[in-house]
Amino acid sequence: MSIYQTHMTDVLVVGAGLAGERIAVEAASQGQDVIILSLVPPRRSHSTAAQGGMQASLGNCAMGEGDNPDVHFADTVKGSDWGCDQEVARLFVETAPVAVREMAVWGVPWSRVVAGQRTLPDGRVIEEKKEKEGLITARDFGGTAKWRTCYTADGTGHTLQYTMDSMVIKMGITVHDRTEAISLIHDGEQCIGVVARCLRTGDLRVYIAKTTVICTGGYGRLYSASTNAVINEGNGMFVALNTGVVPLGNMEAVQFHPTGMVPVWILITEGARGDGGYLLDKNLDRFMPDYEPKKKELASRDVVSRRMTQHMRKGLGVDSPYGPHLWLDIRHLGAEHINTNLREIANIARNFAGVDPVKDLIPVRPTQHYSMGGVRTNKDGAAYGLRGLFAAGEAACWDLHGFNRLGGNSLAETITAGRIIGKKVAEYTKDATINYNYQLVDDAVKEQENRIKALVNGWHGKENVYEIRNEMEKNLMDYVGIFRNGKDLQKAVDNLREVYHRSLKIGLRSNGEGPNPELAQALRMPGMVRLALCIAYGALMRTESRGSHAREDYPKRDDTNWLKRTLAYWPEGADLPELKYEPVKITELPPGDRGYGESSAESQGGKNG
Amino acid sequence: MADRELTFEIFRYNPQKPETKPYLQTYKLKETTGMTVFVALNMIREEQDPSLMFDFVCRAAICGSCAMIINGRPRLACKTLTKTLPAKIKLFPLPVFKLIGDLSVDTGTWFRHLSLKTESWIHTSKTFDPKAQEERMDNKTALEIYEAERCIECGCCIAGCATANIREDFLGAAGINRVARFMVDPRDERTPEQYFEVVGSEEGAFGCMGLMACDDNCPMELPLQMQLAFVRRKIAKIGLGVKEKKGVKLA
Repeated sequence: MSIYQTHMTDVLVVGAGLAGERIAVEAASQGQDVIILSLVPPRRSHSTAAQGGMQASLGNCAMGEGDNPDVHFADTVKGSDWGCDQEVARLFVETAPVAVREMAVWGVPWSRVVAGQRTLPDGRVIEEKKEKEGLITARDFGGTAKWRTCYTADGTGHTLQYTMDSMVIKMGITVHDRTEAISLIHDGEQCIGVVARCLRTGDLRVYIAKTTVICTGGYGRLYSASTNAVINEGNGMFVALNTGVVPLGNMEAVQFHPTGMVPVWILITEGARGDGGYLLDKNLDRFMPDYEPKKKELASRDVVSRRMTQHMRKGLGVDSPYGPHLWLDIRHLGAEHINTNLREIANIARNFAGVDPVKDLIPVRPTQHYSMGGVRTNKDGAAYGLRGLFAAGEAACWDLHGFNRLGGNSLAETITAGRIIGKKVAEYTKDATINYNYQLVDDAVKEQENRIKALVNGWHGKENVYEIRNEMEKNLMDYVGIFRNGKDLQKAVDNLREVYHRSLKIGLRSNGEGPNPELAQALRMPGMVRLALCIAYGALMRTESRGSHAREDYPKRDDTNWLKRTLAYWPEGADLPELKYEPVKITELPPGDRGYGESSAESQGGKNG
Repeated sequence: MADRELTFEIFRYNPQKPETKPYLQTYKLKETTGMTVFVALNMIREEQDPSLMFDFVCRAAICGSCAMIINGRPRLACKTLTKTLPAKIKLFPLPVFKLIGDLSVDTGTWFRHLSLKTESWIHTSKTFDPKAQEERMDNKTALEIYEAERCIECGCCIAGCATANIREDFLGAAGINRVARFMVDPRDERTPEQYFEVVGSEEGAFGCMGLMACDDNCPMELPLQMQLAFVRRKIAKIGLGVKEKKGVKLA
């Protein structure tokens, strides 16, 4: 019998970002006992990094006039390249305005309509109406018919997270931060909680709950270049996958952003190219006009990313200790323009890469940005495969985004899904009971204890966790990136399979005592490689192009054969996921052209947010 | 960039193993282009010492996780380029906060306690009506609230504060700035007297000795000095019984 602390609660939320905290607030407000687990203090969650804003069709600003949930719905479905669940999209667009207003009551200082005329950067003059003054305003974002993105100056995610967390604190909800869920406790039919590791002491703990909710965000850090925070390693997704009975949906749908800055991959927004910036190669040649004579650097996000990748593949990238990259050149715009209109970009370049864009080139390359896939749930947020398990936000495949997320819909999803799914969680929990066998819990803990002992003592081998990690990252980056083709994807699957076997033979170099960071990484590693395989294998099998999934050998969308969602399962003992498919629900808008000015095979990425 | 070899001297201590006294460990590393302390520490962990503890989350000066003492000053490690430092770089954990290990400190618990103590949430008698249009707010007011809400709870102002290093219960600049954020918010219905209860003491606005290291060290460049003056002035007036309406703006 092991010694460990046990906590019992009605609702256990894993992840304290916006989706997780919103669900916790909902359940707690209905009188339920809630515990939130988080890798980091809640206010450090990756939700805070979403600076752009969130979409909700309030229609208050001049350029948003006439907006309504129907228009938002059409934008979302088109953006997803018809891959999303239309029932979910409908639910989402109807609820988003309510979610925004609710956050206003709780304390978010949304930017407001200021009446009067103003001139847009492109010369258009617009007039904000007096009768709308003081209502919540919105800004422009890629891929939308109306200005719909509600924001707080340049810190939307920050103010949302701080306000949401203020509600969590006000309601006295228990938060165990620096705690990592490392496995789900279940009997193949029902989830009854998690085994967790304390990142302050290294001790294992057990959490027993009627309902467990996974809100752990995306998996960006599986790729070597990602705009995501370093904690986004897909934890919640792989603990669900590891059960063998919970599938992940559409893992091959990965969004890239063309200009992540080397070497820390912080995002440089479209603004730089929008104002006339060039992309240069190692010979300082401007190459975009050769590929896209009309739109040049201003082609859609995915097109630019693909051309950059193509150019680097020809060996024309700039070599660096961080891998090949290209240059973003805005020097010709002049110091005055750079230091005023592009101040944010200039500061990022100065602070985080040490280059001054007034006289220096900015090193950039296409960078992983968002994961559309995740724990597959129904429209209530209930996970497939296990009773008592829910998921929401980027960790989930609810499935609002299909094969491409619209800019501003990710932040909107967190609080909107949180509101909708929070109610469903509370409803389920109210009537739920758990009967469990204590042996089940003890076995679950023992399994993790044995894993730890094996890693510390090198019982299965002495593989270096960081080498394994780099191999995985490189394979995804090189072969499962922006352009995909059968040959490369097969190579990725073969390599990752080998990497997976090696990940089962990791042995620590340090002693693994206490909150040892090498041990934490080693415990995650096999799960992370499983996710990588779900992405690569799902992409290999999907012989069409849809949204962000661009196959060079199958450049067209194929609704006859592929209007369906991938479900990836990981059977026990397997070294490759088992793929199943389910139809995509089309309730309102039949598949058509996305209307982005390129063929259906091309797609437009959403903006940051 | 010159091919410098950097020497990092890093504070090592595991509070769970008090028998091993704190010590400085030296690591050497070749400097690379655009290297930040974030990049350097990760290289050290991956290539030289996987037991080294430190915290990063966003690595873009948004989340406030990675504050540490870099060559004597509290700074965000993600926002510190090695080329701005001499070849010898000393790293210590932030003081005041509870040490978890090496460079990792527990700022989260400290700031949650601060939020509880200052009741950092909107105090309102109104309930949300999902069918109603939102209440109007002047955009200028929204921006003022945002200006004070930009604090990322990194702890640099607390670590560099003489009072906070002496008095365990001092709210510090982050706490006073937090109170200011709610004072300017018309949605918060607290009276001046209620605010006095929160900050009208040595633990709050009157504990500050005016050394203003907080203002110098804030990576977000918040006007902490101004916020302190604002809160002090309001609290002093309440203390002296001068009648004033809520919502008076920062002068």
